Amino acid sequence: MVQKEQFYYDNKIVKQFGIATIVWGIIGMLVGVYAALEIAFPGLNFGIPYITFGRLRPIHTNAVIFAFVGNAVFAGSYYIFQRVLKARMYSDFLGKLHLWGWQLIIVLGAISLSLGYTTSKEYAELEWPIDILITIVWVIYGINMLGTMLKRRERHMYVAIWFFIGTWVAVAMLHIVNSMALPYSAFGSYSAFAGVKDALVQWWYGHNAVAFFLTTPMLGLMYYFVPKAANRPVYSYRWSIIHFWALIFIYIWAGPHHLLYTALPSWAQALGTVFSIMLILPSWGGMLNGLFTIRGAWENVKTDPILKMFIVALTCYGMATLEGPLLSIKSINAISHYTDWTIAHVHVGALGFNGFLIFGMLYWLIPKMWNTELHSKKMANSHFLIGTVGILLYAIPLYWAAFTQSLMWKQFTESGQLKYQFLETVTHILPAYMLRSLGGLLYLTGTILMAINLRKTMLKGKFQDNELAEAVPFQLLAKPEDENFKTYWHNRVIERRPILLTVLSLIAVGIGGLVELTPSLLVDKDIPVINAVKPYTALELVGRDIYVREGCYTCHSQMVRPFRDEIARYGEYSKAGEFIYDRPFQWGSKRTGPDLHRVGGKYLDSWHYMHMDDPQSTSAGSLMPHYPWLLENKINNTHLPSKIKTLQKLGVPYPEGYANKALEDYDKQAKEVVARLHKENIKSASADKEIIALIAYLQRLGTDIKKLDNDNKDKVSAAFN
Amino acid sequence: MKFAQYLTQIDNVAIYPIISLVIFTVVFLIVLLYAFTSSKKKMDQNSNIPLD
Repeated sequence: MVQKEQFYYDNKIVKQFGIATIVWGIIGMLVGVYAALEIAFPGLNFGIPYITFGRLRPIHTNAVIFAFVGNAVFAGSYYIFQRVLKARMYSDFLGKLHLWGWQLIIVLGAISLSLGYTTSKEYAELEWPIDILITIVWVIYGINMLGTMLKRRERHMYVAIWFFIGTWVAVAMLHIVNSMALPYSAFGSYSAFAGVKDALVQWWYGHNAVAFFLTTPMLGLMYYFVPKAANRPVYSYRWSIIHFWALIFIYIWAGPHHLLYTALPSWAQALGTVFSIMLILPSWGGMLNGLFTIRGAWENVKTDPILKMFIVALTCYGMATLEGPLLSIKSINAISHYTDWTIAHVHVGALGFNGFLIFGMLYWLIPKMWNTELHSKKMANSHFLIGTVGILLYAIPLYWAAFTQSLMWKQFTESGQLKYQFLETVTHILPAYMLRSLGGLLYLTGTILMAINLRKTMLKGKFQDNELAEAVPFQLLAKPEDENFKTYWHNRVIERRPILLTVLSLIAVGIGGLVELTPSLLVDKDIPVINAVKPYTALELVGRDIYVREGCYTCHSQMVRPFRDEIARYGEYSKAGEFIYDRPFQWGSKRTGPDLHRVGGKYLDSWHYMHMDDPQSTSAGSLMPHYPWLLENKINNTHLPSKIKTLQKLGVPYPEGYANKALEDYDKQAKEVVARLHKENIKSASADKEIIALIAYLQRLGTDIKKLDNDNKDKVSAAFN
Repeated sequence: MKFAQYLTQIDNVAIYPIISLVIFTVVFLIVLLYAFTSSKKKMDQNSNIPLD
């Protein structure tokens, strides 16, 4: 009998991340509910910039993704790593740095987003100093995981570990590439990529953030906690290995499906669609693997809230991963994109799959670590019920809203006119927005119920920071003895050199991911140069930065797709060459308001002035919030020269020395706008206010192409047909 | 900072995505081979790790 070693599991770090999960979960969901209510009742921003939808929405998404799911993944992975590798985490100190570093990032993120510091890249809105902090903390997490793998007391690394390591490598790569930017101040930067390329990189990131932050680590949790809760091994271990490799293999190629019908080259769109459809196979294999594991414990499902939660989680995973590929088919995407379908789709995944899996994990983990029973099973069952109804009430109205609105957008009268004004299509789906808020509120109520239940469980039990365990040291582990071991060399290599093989395969994945981006970055030759497209003037640039700061992209796209209805509604469809000076790109992903790419010249300056002050005054029934501060705030142009210099470094052809003339140029154009406003009877307008810059930007939008003579225009169109 | 310009200077840069696809496929095939040739006993042992 081999002598076993005694050691302690570190439960404290799991507890801390677990509590952070609950606290941030409630805050993130609360912000979500409020943001949802703001869409239905735009007056709810009370004229305060910091809580206006455009700023709250990124706070909500970042909080639920990185604070709620992030902390849950860390809690779960720190628990799982120690158990399946039979070792304490590599370093308690690194664990603490990771914990507090991450919470610091969350707090800084929430404050900076609320103040309007944003890159406007969805789920990567945080500005460059925080991006650097994220990188450092992420590296700390990686060292802690790899270190634990090295000191493990288990020959084979259980599949859950692979999911976490895959997550770590992919997220590191995504984060670094998508965050590349050149700072112009301590809290401001311009994207290293422009226009189409920026969009491609962003949605390569956005798509894979869902894949590698919201899916693969969740599956790592699933492959541990589902077998634990069902008290039986995973249905098929072979499937689980294939599930992992197939997922990371295919996911990384599917990003362009977020940009169908946009100005992105069509080969890239097609590639995205094909890989997206292929994704159904591994996703459903994984879902079935989880469900079949629970099938063996079917008799317990009726009474056990944890198993129930896992079943809903896996079902939602299956639904979302079937829906995702369907949405990547061009003809379906033509209906779904820019509508609430996307929002419903992500919430089936987020509330159903992520949320319920995390709830199930916490219901299992906390009684276990506190050596007690769950305070109230009945309460947990109520949570399950309220949460499930919440998901349905959230998703179903939005699906209805999406279908209805999309069809309304596309309807023409017999005489060939658009049947509905954009605003009519929005007010029509207002009831769905109200119901959706109610759904979110129910879901939040369930989460609060869970927090109370778990708090009472903690008070009832006794928590041990360090849990005693024992295992045979790695060097003394018996060698595997089956006949295959002798037959196949690769089995031998895999069994004996797991770290080496893991590292090598992960390098392969890393290189693959980066190389996949190469064609995206080379799209220059696919973007016909449009000579009429010129860099923004100083005033327009500052206006654009305000547009970004206020998060206008959260409700307005800047991408007219080549559809009959969109051309009739907005004007000529968008060309790739029109965006070459857009850093960051502002294509958006949702139209709660109309597209703005061709808004330049469509309305008078005075219309914009009044509209920003009180949107309902120019558009009765509008759901847009008021932006009174834009009329009051004095413009701060301290960074203007530095902004111009930064853009010059990035290749924007401003004339040499323009940085020094920019302020003068700014004043000149601002006075012109003010003169026009005065003429249009807006006597209160003055050149030093933010609104002037914003109006200048809006009036410039999409107008360059109109300066082309017809001959050139045909050439540009031909290049795209 | 113009990252893409460095890439365009690489000869035959178009082969990179193909290499990437090949690397992926090879790794994936090795994994398939591993998963399907490992013995049932081994797989059972591995799948029982969380329950030990």
